[in-house]
Amino acid sequence: MSITPASASHHGRSHGPLEYRDPHQAVKITGFWIFLATDMLLFGCLFATYLVLRTHTDGGPTAAHLFDVPGFTAETFALLTSSFTGGLATLAMRNGNRKWVMIWMVLTMLLGLTFIGLEVQEFVADVGQGATAHRSAFLSAFYTLVGTHGTHVSIGLIWMLLTLIQIARRGLTAKTARKLFVVNLYWHFLDVVWVFIFTIVYLSGVVM
Amino acid sequence: MSGMNGTVQSRSERHSPKLYIIGYAASLVLTAISFVLALTHSMHVGPLVVLLTVLAGLQIIVQLFFFMHVTESEGPPYHVVLLTLGLIFTFAVALMSVWIMAFGTNVSY
Repeated sequence: MSITPASASHHGRSHGPLEYRDPHQAVKITGFWIFLATDMLLFGCLFATYLVLRTHTDGGPTAAHLFDVPGFTAETFALLTSSFTGGLATLAMRNGNRKWVMIWMVLTMLLGLTFIGLEVQEFVADVGQGATAHRSAFLSAFYTLVGTHGTHVSIGLIWMLLTLIQIARRGLTAKTARKLFVVNLYWHFLDVVWVFIFTIVYLSGVVM
Repeated sequence: MSGMNGTVQSRSERHSPKLYIIGYAASLVLTAISFVLALTHSMHVGPLVVLLTVLAGLQIIVQLFFFMHVTESEGPPYHVVLLTLGLIFTFAVALMSVWIMAFGTNVSY
């Protein structure tokens, strides 16, 4: 039998990416894009707060004093690379290769864990120097913005683990494929947010 | 044709990692340019921050087109409209806050 594109969109398809073949799954991908658009607004507000308060240091530690270049460079490299390996997991899923989906996702999660580890280390070192969230408006805004991103990454790690368990147990179906696709959309989005954090917060903080 | 069982194994076409490798290389290059420009203090702060923001904007495009398959959808691409709107609102909130607060505040704590 052959399916025309028009009828295919109503009854599921036999071709095209697996995660889009069931319309019930495809609509959830659209829904997730809507979530990303709103999550972007959350970060937009936190960036606005940070930009307004970044010079309000109250005689306490400033951005130039606090930010550790090797530290945030390593964090950046870990997260950029994890976005790439997450993409390769989506690619392996589209090629129907469950083994490589698992390998790339485990690698993505390890890089994500590295990122979180480095960030926790950075925060602990900062607090050790007296740069706590209640020291100045700058530091409150800094911890809120960077901490919200870190929380997103941590949630992403748990979510990836749960998705991976489902794929291990159920294989690559239209449903698990959609879940994998969506969790990687989330991960790429967090990579973009981090790009703006290292641009607006860290690099600008070091030069200003 | 036996492609209706919903498992991907029924397909023979293979996707190549080319786009992902280009995307990763582009994101590394853009990041490296940002870091070098900022850490070598080779420019005035004002133009530097504008340039860094443009480079970050290019990274949005890299992630969206090379990794996130933003052009794909079932039916009309509603998500592109929403995403554009989200981006406009995000930048509007951030930039207008900076603009408003540039009118001299005496708050310094």
